[in-house]
Amino acid sequence: MKLLIAVIKPSKLDEVREALTSLGIEGMTASEVKGYGRQKGHKEIYRGSEYTVHFVPKIKIEVAVSDELAERAVQSIQDASRTGQIGDGKIFVLPLEEAVRIRTGESGAEAL
Amino acid sequence: MRTTRLATAIAAGAAAFVLSATPAVAQEAGALNGANTAWILTSTALVLFMTLPGLALFYGGLVHTRNVLSVLMHCFAIACLASVLWLVFLYSIAFGDGGGANALFGGFDKAFLAGVSVDALWGDIPETVFFMFQMTFAIITPALIVGAFVERIRFLAVLWFCALWLTFVYAPVAHWIWGGGALSDGGWLGGNGVRDFAGGIVVHVTAGVSALVAAMVIGQRQGFPGEITPPHSPVLTMMGAAMLWVGWFGFNAGSALTSDGNAGMAMTVTHISAATASLTWMALEWLRYGRASLVGIVTGMVAGLATVTPASGFVGPLGGLVCGLAGGGICFFATPWIKHRLGIDDSLDVFAVHGVGGMTGTLLTAVFAAPALGGLGHAAGATVGSQLLVQLGGIVVAAVWSALVTLVILKLIAVAVGLRVSPEVEIEGLDITTHGERGYSL
Repeated sequence: MKLLIAVIKPSKLDEVREALTSLGIEGMTASEVKGYGRQKGHKEIYRGSEYTVHFVPKIKIEVAVSDELAERAVQSIQDASRTGQIGDGKIFVLPLEEAVRIRTGESGAEAL
Repeated sequence: MRTTRLATAIAAGAAAFVLSATPAVAQEAGALNGANTAWILTSTALVLFMTLPGLALFYGGLVHTRNVLSVLMHCFAIACLASVLWLVFLYSIAFGDGGGANALFGGFDKAFLAGVSVDALWGDIPETVFFMFQMTFAIITPALIVGAFVERIRFLAVLWFCALWLTFVYAPVAHWIWGGGALSDGGWLGGNGVRDFAGGIVVHVTAGVSALVAAMVIGQRQGFPGEITPPHSPVLTMMGAAMLWVGWFGFNAGSALTSDGNAGMAMTVTHISAATASLTWMALEWLRYGRASLVGIVTGMVAGLATVTPASGFVGPLGGLVCGLAGGGICFFATPWIKHRLGIDDSLDVFAVHGVGGMTGTLLTAVFAAPALGGLGHAAGATVGSQLLVQLGGIVVAAVWSALVTLVILKLIAVAVGLRVSPEVEIEGLDITTHGERGYSL
């Protein structure tokens, strides 16, 4: 199993969710986060004063998938969230040791 | 009207009323006018609403999340403190009869509203209504200054500053211009005194200049200008600004002290100036920075309202339009100039918006009062030129007095209780360190 952590543009959340759902992925966790990469934040101007905003609002999606699905899931996140502009985000793939469905006690890929 | 004692009080009130700069004239001396009374009762509520919650939200949205409550707290506590002090002696200093010293201050005869019975009149409205209406002006003026020193001032220093500043700056200047003192008709500036309909000098110049001095004495916020965080909630700022706009109808049209055409025209020019200045700021921002921002358009609105305040009862629609254009335009350029050229961290631009706007409008009052420009006319013997000099004199006297007294007050407070929080507290934020609360639990 793999744990995918994707940091994406907030406007792309719905497209990513739909793409993953169409692969048969049944759940995910999304959070509002702030961060920066090579984009290095941005500038905002209020009343003629320039403010540097280092941490830009992003959405972080965490989704656990079976090994077979992992590669396709990464591809569909990338396809759905790519604009080609700076600040599109990143996808991290981590090995996932165990998963447990709390209600039933199922474990491993069964629990996803 | 019912007893001799009352008749004396009414005569005194009417005499002071005639001396004040407001152009309204009591129709029948000694008779209460129900329509006027109802409108000033309404206006009083509108002007209080400008501070609570209008100005508090307007300012609260412009600061960092860690300081939002402290700003709301400053505005609320100032409103309470100013109200009590207004009863205790400020009203008397501003609108009492100071006898031999009347040019300078109104004395203490009306402390605790002594001698002001439930039937006492000020012109043709109850004096209690006039007292309350004027109280709301004394509330918002020190609250405006809060914008200069947010995010770094000690709370106790805010309270001391409010009390001393109202006593030695606001109440005397209100007396000089509105209470028959040195800057009104027959005072230092001659037979025709300063024309300040609703507080271009009394409110905006005093607050703006004092804010500039306060920002210089207290010093910049840590990280100014490069590492300051942007306004945390333009949403709150817009809501507060909209309340200010509505409340300003009471501020300016209420200052007619009558429910008539003078109030109607004051409301008209007030609204036109606010709208024009908003568009002016928006257009300039769009041209200069490529975007029209919400914080920008509402800042333009405040600039337009501050600018039209002194003029509102003396000018016509053309005056309203020009006040909006001039106020929006001049304040737009003054704001970055004060912050970046002069490096003064008047954090929420109190001087650049209120001070500059109030001065601009005070001068424009002399010009656009001219009937040829749609105004309601100058006093007998006054011309545009002569009134312009009087207006300028009023600005200079009020500005110099505000600056000097503010400087002295802040130096005293610095020694007695300290002005500024520690650098650690400033980074952690005033909300949790000073007030033990957080604005947002996320």
